[in-house]
Amino acid sequence: MTTPTAHPAPQANSGPLDIAAIRGQFPILDIEINGKPLIYLDSAATSQKPQAVIDSLVEYYSSFNANVHRGVHTLSQQATDIYEDTRVKAQAFINARDAREIIYVRGTTEAINLVASSYGRANVGDGDDVIITAMEHHSNIVPWQILCDERGANLKVIPMNDDGDLLMDEFEKLLGPRTKFVSVVHQANSIGTVNPVKQIVEMAHAHGAVVLVDGAQSAPHIPVDVQDLDCDFYAFSGHKLYGPTGIGVLYGKYDLLNAMPPYQSGGEMIASVTFEKTIYADLPAKFEAGTPHIAGVAGLGAAIDWVQGVGIERIAEHEHRLVEYGLQRLNEIDGVKIIGNPKRRAGLISFIVDGVHPHDVGTVLDSQGIAIRAGHHCAQPVMAHFGIPATVRASFGVYNTTDEIDRLYEGVQQVFEVFG
Amino acid sequence: MRETEDLDELYRDVVLDHYRSPRNSEPLESPDAEGEAINPFCGDEVRVQLSLVDGLIDGVSITGVGCSISQASASLMGEAVKGKNLPETLAIVKAFRALMQGRSRSDDDAGGEIDLGELMALEGVKRYPVRIKCSLLGWNALEDALKVIAAV
Repeated sequence: MTTPTAHPAPQANSGPLDIAAIRGQFPILDIEINGKPLIYLDSAATSQKPQAVIDSLVEYYSSFNANVHRGVHTLSQQATDIYEDTRVKAQAFINARDAREIIYVRGTTEAINLVASSYGRANVGDGDDVIITAMEHHSNIVPWQILCDERGANLKVIPMNDDGDLLMDEFEKLLGPRTKFVSVVHQANSIGTVNPVKQIVEMAHAHGAVVLVDGAQSAPHIPVDVQDLDCDFYAFSGHKLYGPTGIGVLYGKYDLLNAMPPYQSGGEMIASVTFEKTIYADLPAKFEAGTPHIAGVAGLGAAIDWVQGVGIERIAEHEHRLVEYGLQRLNEIDGVKIIGNPKRRAGLISFIVDGVHPHDVGTVLDSQGIAIRAGHHCAQPVMAHFGIPATVRASFGVYNTTDEIDRLYEGVQQVFEVFG
Repeated sequence: MRETEDLDELYRDVVLDHYRSPRNSEPLESPDAEGEAINPFCGDEVRVQLSLVDGLIDGVSITGVGCSISQASASLMGEAVKGKNLPETLAIVKAFRALMQGRSRSDDDAGGEIDLGELMALEGVKRYPVRIKCSLLGWNALEDALKVIAAV
């Protein structure tokens, strides 16, 4: 049987990374923006894609395109193989027990909506508590607000200090017999805090609560083992993990997923349908109604292969060096204030420039070819905590270099020249 | 290609001056109309208050928070509409929107005879599509307020 060509691992999975070789695999890094080489410091919004991932999409549509789980014909079987092989890759990537615990979704946002809508509606009732943290992305706030409004439940928030660390004592006080669900971000997209999710899970479980970990930012930056974390749900997006947009994963413990009602309904998610009664399909199909984003799944598989080939630990080490160097350089600039000083940080630095709005910083940096994010990062409560409307965020991927951070440093100096 | 000269075009001295020292930033005691505009994507906001005497805009208050472009544009706008009647103000709004959309003023009937004066300092914004909405924020608030006046 023909199967997609395996993309070779970029390099031996040990020793320091050859960043020049890695950069060579990302065609977009060769382009110029405003006459300057692109310096892409916005990977927390979406990462760039290596050639292997780009090729996997072309290869899928060129050689394997068919609907999955339907045809008796060979092509459909091949598409199904790609689709299901990727599920096993995703299972291995986060160390889930069983591939049926991997549900394909559009991204982290849909994963959280699925859990809030399906598990939440079935298990959260009048007077119950749902707990989130002060540093959630809007996508891990709004679905729970909607659920709590609908069920008469209370949404409670674990506060943080000005370093951007959660107050775990306060969390302990929030927990109680009415705590039904705890939904926490693993790595905060706005300030980079890596939360002690293993401890959070343990504390929540002691009160019988179920825990979702929002892994949108952590999956590309931190080795994740869902069995070690013991979280009940974990969600991540392909497009932040060097994969395509529009595809992501919801991990859930088998027994929980199995007991949950469907989220969306239609084809693919049924075992049998009559006008009197529908019997739902087993996991994971129960949660995958309709023709899925098969090409996206092919791309996600290629992205996981690519990341595994490089080694997530080595990516984490490289990015740790970038963050440390970035903090050092930005701290050298009078008039730059770094937002948050968490005990553990990964992947990004948020900062403000005295007297200059982040949008204006963004425009000046853009004129230098430097792409950063300026805004509230879909985390307005975090901005409110620090009393600021917005920040400038530099976020890193495996392809970034300390030279690029030096260019950021120079770009910020130019901001002062323009606004001085 | 966007180089440093373009940046200078965007951040003209008059724009930076209005950003640092916004005009008419005191709230009015008894405004005849108010308008507000918020950009949900960046949190920038502008609030406009107007008071009228004999059909002319007599008092203007512009307050808000945001980037240099949104705040300077609103401040320049306040200066431009002071002393104008409703049709003249609407003509300025139309001409400024045309400027931001990069249409030449001869394309625009109402804008044809309007001298935008210092507002022309914002012309450089049109080369930065993502910043045009910053520049128009205060104008949305003004139009809000003008609707109140027109309805009276």
